[in-house]
Amino acid sequence: MWPIIQIETFKIFKRPRTYIAFGAIAALILVIQMGLKIDGESYAAFLMKDINNTLIVDGKVLNGYLICYILLQLLLVHVPLLVALIAADMISGEANLGTLRLLLTTPYSRTQWVLAKFIAASIYTILLLIWLAFLALFLSMWIFGTDDLFLMKSNYVVLIEGQDVFWRYVGAFVFASFSLLTVTALGFLMSSLANNSIGPIVATISAIVFFTILSTLNIPLFSAIKPYLFTTHMNNWKEFFDIKVTDTNEAITGSILNVAKIKNSIIVLVVHIVLFVSASVWIVRKKDILS
Amino acid sequence: MKFKSTIFIGILIGIQFLSNAQTNVLVERVRLKLNTVNDYTAEGIMKTDVSFIKASLGKVKVFYKKPNLIKVKKDGGISLLPKGGVSITMNSLLSTDQYIAFEAGKQVYKGKTLDVIKLVPTDDKLDWVISTLWIDPVEALVYKTFTTTKDNGSFEIAMDYGAYTNYGLPSKIVFGFNTKDYKLPNGITLEFGDEAPISKQKAMKNKKGTIEITYSSYIINKGVSSSLF
Repeated sequence: MWPIIQIETFKIFKRPRTYIAFGAIAALILVIQMGLKIDGESYAAFLMKDINNTLIVDGKVLNGYLICYILLQLLLVHVPLLVALIAADMISGEANLGTLRLLLTTPYSRTQWVLAKFIAASIYTILLLIWLAFLALFLSMWIFGTDDLFLMKSNYVVLIEGQDVFWRYVGAFVFASFSLLTVTALGFLMSSLANNSIGPIVATISAIVFFTILSTLNIPLFSAIKPYLFTTHMNNWKEFFDIKVTDTNEAITGSILNVAKIKNSIIVLVVHIVLFVSASVWIVRKKDILS
Repeated sequence: MKFKSTIFIGILIGIQFLSNAQTNVLVERVRLKLNTVNDYTAEGIMKTDVSFIKASLGKVKVFYKKPNLIKVKKDGGISLLPKGGVSITMNSLLSTDQYIAFEAGKQVYKGKTLDVIKLVPTDDKLDWVISTLWIDPVEALVYKTFTTTKDNGSFEIAMDYGAYTNYGLPSKIVFGFNTKDYKLPNGITLEFGDEAPISKQKAMKNKKGTIEITYSSYIINKGVSSSLF
C-alpha cells in the first residue's frame, strides 16, 4: 500500500491549491506578529485593564509564548476550513475528473485506495499543523523572546512559569492534530458521497460552522448533544494551559487541571475519525463507478 | 467652678501630651532602628494568593534604597504586586518625620502585647492618609500596619522577624489588600461555550488578596544602584 500512499501524497503536493493553506497561514501569522510587535503594548494594556486596577504586573507579558497562544486561539478555529479544501476533494475530485474509475482498476482494493487517500490527506494536515507550529511558536519565540506565560482567561488569570510552558505547547499541538484529523476524516466522508469538488468542500465547511455554533451556544436545549459533537472537543487544547492549585491557592508547576477532559476529548475525536473513515470505505466500496 | 474646669481640661491636655510624647518616643525608636538601613538587597520566596489568579511560588529579589525607593523583582519572570502597596513599607512610612503619632491603646497580637499607634501625615503630598502601627515596645519592632492610601485603597501588612531584628527588617512580610472584580469578555478571550459555573464566578469576586514574601537573606548597606528602581 506504501506506493499508492506515496502517489496520493505526490498528487496533493503537485497541486498549487495545496499551498494556498500554507500561504494563508504564513500571511496571517506574520501580519499578526508584525501588528503585535509594533503596537503590542497597547493591546496588552487593553487586556490587563481590569487586573491593573488591583495589581501591578511586572515583566515581559507580551512574549513568544503568549503570542503563540493568541495565534492558536485565532487560527485553530479557521485552519479546519483550509484542511477541508484538500480533504473534501480527495475522492470527489477524482470522480469529477473521471480518474476514479481508472484508479480502481489497479490491483489495489478499493479499501486500500480509500485508506491511502486518507493517509495522504492526513500527511497534508499534519504538515500544515507543523507549519503552523513553526510560525506561531518558534518564530514568535525568536521575535518576542520567552518568559512566563501570563494567560488572561474570562474569569481568572493563569501564570505559568517559563520552563513549564513548552511541553504544554507540544501537548496542545498533538491534541490539535486529532482535531484537524477529525476534520480531514469528515471532509473525506463528504468527498466519498459526491462526484464533484465544490459540493463536499462547502458541505464540510458548513458542517463545521453549524456544529461550532451549536457547541458555543449556552442554550440548555443543546447541552445534551454538545458532548457528542466533535466541535465541542476541538478547542480543548486549551486545557493544557490550565493548572491545578493547592488548598492555599498555590499553582502546582507541571500539573494540568483537567486531564480527564483532555483524554475524553481525544477519545471522542478518535471515535469520530474511525467512524468517518469507516463510513467512507463502506460508501466507496458500494459506489457505482460505471455510470 | 470655672477655675476647676480649666484645671481639669489642662490636666487632660497634659496627660494627652505626655502620652503622645511617650508614643513618639516609641515611634522614634523604630525610626532610628530603620534609619540604620540605607539600602538593602533581599532574596526571598513570593507567594501570590488572589482568588482569580493561579500562580506558583517564585523567587524574588527586593531592592530598597533610602528614603522610599523599593522594587520587588521576580527572578526571570512575571511578578504580580499589589498596586501601590509595596511602596508603603515601614521604611517609607517613617522615612520622614512628617506625621503626627497618636496612641490608640494596647492589643495582644501573636502572643505579644503591642502598642497601637496611629500616624497621620502632616504633608499633603504623601500618598497615605492614615496608618495604624502595632509596635512591640520592648524590641521596637512593628508587627502589623494598616494603611489607607489616597488612590490605592487600604493595605494590611503583617511582619515576622528573625535574624535581622537589629535592623528592624522582617523575615516574612504579608501584604493584604482588597481585590476588584476581574472579568474579560468572551469575545476577547475567545472562550465561547465553556463558561465557569456562576457559583465559581461569584467565589472569585470581592475577595481579599495577599502577597507573602519570605526572606532568606539580606545584604544591608552595601549599595544599591538607583537605576534598579
